[in-house]
Amino acid sequence: MTGVMEAERDKYKMIDFEETELRLGLPLSANEGESTLIRNTCTGSFTGKRGFSDTSSATVDLKLNLSSTSNNVSASPSSQMAKENNASATANITTPPSPPSVKDPAKPPAKAQVVGWPPVRSFRKNIVNNVQRSTNKEGENGGPSSNNNNNGNMGGAFVKVSMDGAPYLRKVDLKVYKSYQELSDALAKMFSSFTIDKCGSRGMKDFMNETKLIDLLNGSDYVPTYEDKDGDWMLVGDVPWEMFVESCKRLRIMKGSEAIGLAPRAVEKCKNRS
Amino acid sequence: MNYFPDEVIEHIFDYVVSHRDRNALSLVCKSWYRIERCTRQRVFIGNCYSVTPERLFQRFPGLKSLTLKGKPHFADFSLVPYGWGGYVYPWIEALAKSRVGLEELRLKRMVVTDESLELLSRSFTHFKSLVLVSCEGFSTDGLAAIAANCRYLRELDLQENEVEDHKGQWLSCFPDSCTSLVSLNFACLKGEVSLGALERLVARSPNLKSLKLNRSVPLDALQRIMMRAPQLADLGIGSFVQDPESEAYIKLKSTILKCKSITSLSGLLEVAPHCLATIYPICPNLTSLNLSYAAGIQGSDLIKLIRHCVKLQRLWIMDCIGDKGLGVVAKTCTDLQELRVFPSVPFGNPVAVTEKGLVAISMGCPKLHSLLYFCHQMTNAALITVAKNCPNFIRFRLCILDATKPDPDTMQPLDEGFGAIVQSCRRLRRLSLSGQLTDQVFLYIGMYAEKLEMLSIAFAGDSDKGMLYVLNGCKKLRKLEIRDCPFGDMALLTDVGKYETMRSLWMSSCEVTVGACKLLAKKMPRLNVEIFNENEQEDCSLEDGQRVEKMYLYRTVAGKRRDAPEYVWTL
Repeated sequence: MTGVMEAERDKYKMIDFEETELRLGLPLSANEGESTLIRNTCTGSFTGKRGFSDTSSATVDLKLNLSSTSNNVSASPSSQMAKENNASATANITTPPSPPSVKDPAKPPAKAQVVGWPPVRSFRKNIVNNVQRSTNKEGENGGPSSNNNNNGNMGGAFVKVSMDGAPYLRKVDLKVYKSYQELSDALAKMFSSFTIDKCGSRGMKDFMNETKLIDLLNGSDYVPTYEDKDGDWMLVGDVPWEMFVESCKRLRIMKGSEAIGLAPRAVEKCKNRS
Repeated sequence: MNYFPDEVIEHIFDYVVSHRDRNALSLVCKSWYRIERCTRQRVFIGNCYSVTPERLFQRFPGLKSLTLKGKPHFADFSLVPYGWGGYVYPWIEALAKSRVGLEELRLKRMVVTDESLELLSRSFTHFKSLVLVSCEGFSTDGLAAIAANCRYLRELDLQENEVEDHKGQWLSCFPDSCTSLVSLNFACLKGEVSLGALERLVARSPNLKSLKLNRSVPLDALQRIMMRAPQLADLGIGSFVQDPESEAYIKLKSTILKCKSITSLSGLLEVAPHCLATIYPICPNLTSLNLSYAAGIQGSDLIKLIRHCVKLQRLWIMDCIGDKGLGVVAKTCTDLQELRVFPSVPFGNPVAVTEKGLVAISMGCPKLHSLLYFCHQMTNAALITVAKNCPNFIRFRLCILDATKPDPDTMQPLDEGFGAIVQSCRRLRRLSLSGQLTDQVFLYIGMYAEKLEMLSIAFAGDSDKGMLYVLNGCKKLRKLEIRDCPFGDMALLTDVGKYETMRSLWMSSCEVTVGACKLLAKKMPRLNVEIFNENEQEDCSLEDGQRVEKMYLYRTVAGKRRDAPEYVWTL
């Protein structure tokens, strides 16, 4: 058992390094040097096909062994690897970049988001995202008179959020969100620039889906944990939302491989629930 | 050649206000240097690490107004790691000790703590004006100190700062004796303020001309405030949501009719579209409209609003206005001078703006001189047309959301288009490039952009030649920031003297190596060459052949800075 775990962990190390390594600039496959990829995309040695598609702008085609979502494979490279038992990080099975004339609004985000692009101040990004969220909610409630800005926003519940490997921390106001799903969406957006979109956001969303919990905790993605009032590190999602907001002191998004210690409890919980 | 006594020269110098002109004056001769330095009141320091505070007030003992900028520009886009620097506290501490009669402090991209704000508020009795732009590190407690202690405060302007909101009532800390406020902007604060205190403050501030509220101020409070301040010229609306049947809404409609002096409108941080019609009466007077945070407004409503804004000179808007909407702007706002179009969704709205919108604007608004345009695509033909229609550009910043996208019609790089811009706009001072670009565009920039002072480059160029064209050609270049381009050691080291004529150079994810940076630092002792190494676990040794992830260099007379964090190496 431990042998398998170690082998898996080694795989993750390799993956984490190359595929989820927090680096700026264009992400690369294991074989290409960073300089060649930059040069390739910059000099236009491609035949009119670029590393960026024109509809999912500001993303970079990952030349990694992630399959595109058209294959309907799970988002995380490591669980895919576990399934396919393919340890080679050099296999390149992404679909080629689409020709620019194809305008497909449902283009799958099989791409990474480059840090700092487009160059919009993070202050502006956060404000616009929050406003859009509350505006959408107003639409759903059907009445503009519910000025929900004042709902429970008496002073924020700001907690630090750290993500393993990110160069700096962020802060979120837990009171702005009404559910775990909203929080996970926001965190995914906040940290998506640091990791592969698929791993980041899908991984976050997946933590709400308990059947996938085990897959997640088997080391693929990131696992959100928090420190509660007693100083214990807990897995996010166990208690009702309001209770969580009251007791959460800080958040830490751990690499799945490190969260293995939390797995036994969660696995038990899953067994109990199903 | 001084035929005039000093007093006369001083009097003449009083009319010279721009710091660049004053810098020029001080170089003429020793006595002009002496007279200028004793009479200078406003000092601008573009890089807080280029000089020490002591040196500042030794040279300018009459200092009243100080502007400081801290972090490099790319910090706005999360490219500068947390804790890099830019602390204002040492400045405030030094100025407090020196007994300079500071009255105004303007900071941009600096780390401001509550302690600094408190010290500031207690150290300068005649302190009048605090402007913080894109700063962080402080909370509403610091604001409370400013409110409570600065007796003659005229201006508190907070723009896009990250402020921690504590439950305290900072607005209530303005004493009843404070009646001098001219400008108050707290739109970036996230928390609630005491509405009663706000209304009373407005009521006792007859000189209040500019007021920008945050999201927590509801529409009925806005109405009461506007009643008390019909003299307002610049208004930022917080929340604009109300039931149209309600009394507050009806009152607002009549109150707005009284506010004929409003020429600048912003905010609408939370807005219900049906409320927008109440603003129409003010629109014909507006010269400045900033709806770039009004994510709740759809394109069609925006267009309806803008049809009323015939005098507009400055427009900041989101791309949901669409190409069609920009066509309406072009027809309506013929006096337009500055336009900014922001992406409404982080990676752009699929139905947003393209080159067509920009061409329409250029045809309708010949006075346009400043542009920031986030779009999905751009063509060479469009840029060439824009260059012909608007030769007056001073700032031209184009951001194609897909960073290396070529001209979709011809599949060519955008070299010719940008080339046309720099050739036609002889007064161009600031340029940001995007789209697929080769070394050719830099050749054009080096050849034609004689007045260019700031250039931002991303994902462009083929070789070192590109960067060299720029360094050799742009004599007035002050700030160069480059990310993800294939420029390396040869480009960096060819003309090391150039960097002392510039404020700063940023290069990230390029081809520069540690060895080249070390060599540069050795040759140029008056430059600080900083390298950021974020992989703390490994690679603590800086081997010469190693590629540098991020490099920031700047000229300085202050020497190596002592507050750099662990991951910053100053070579």
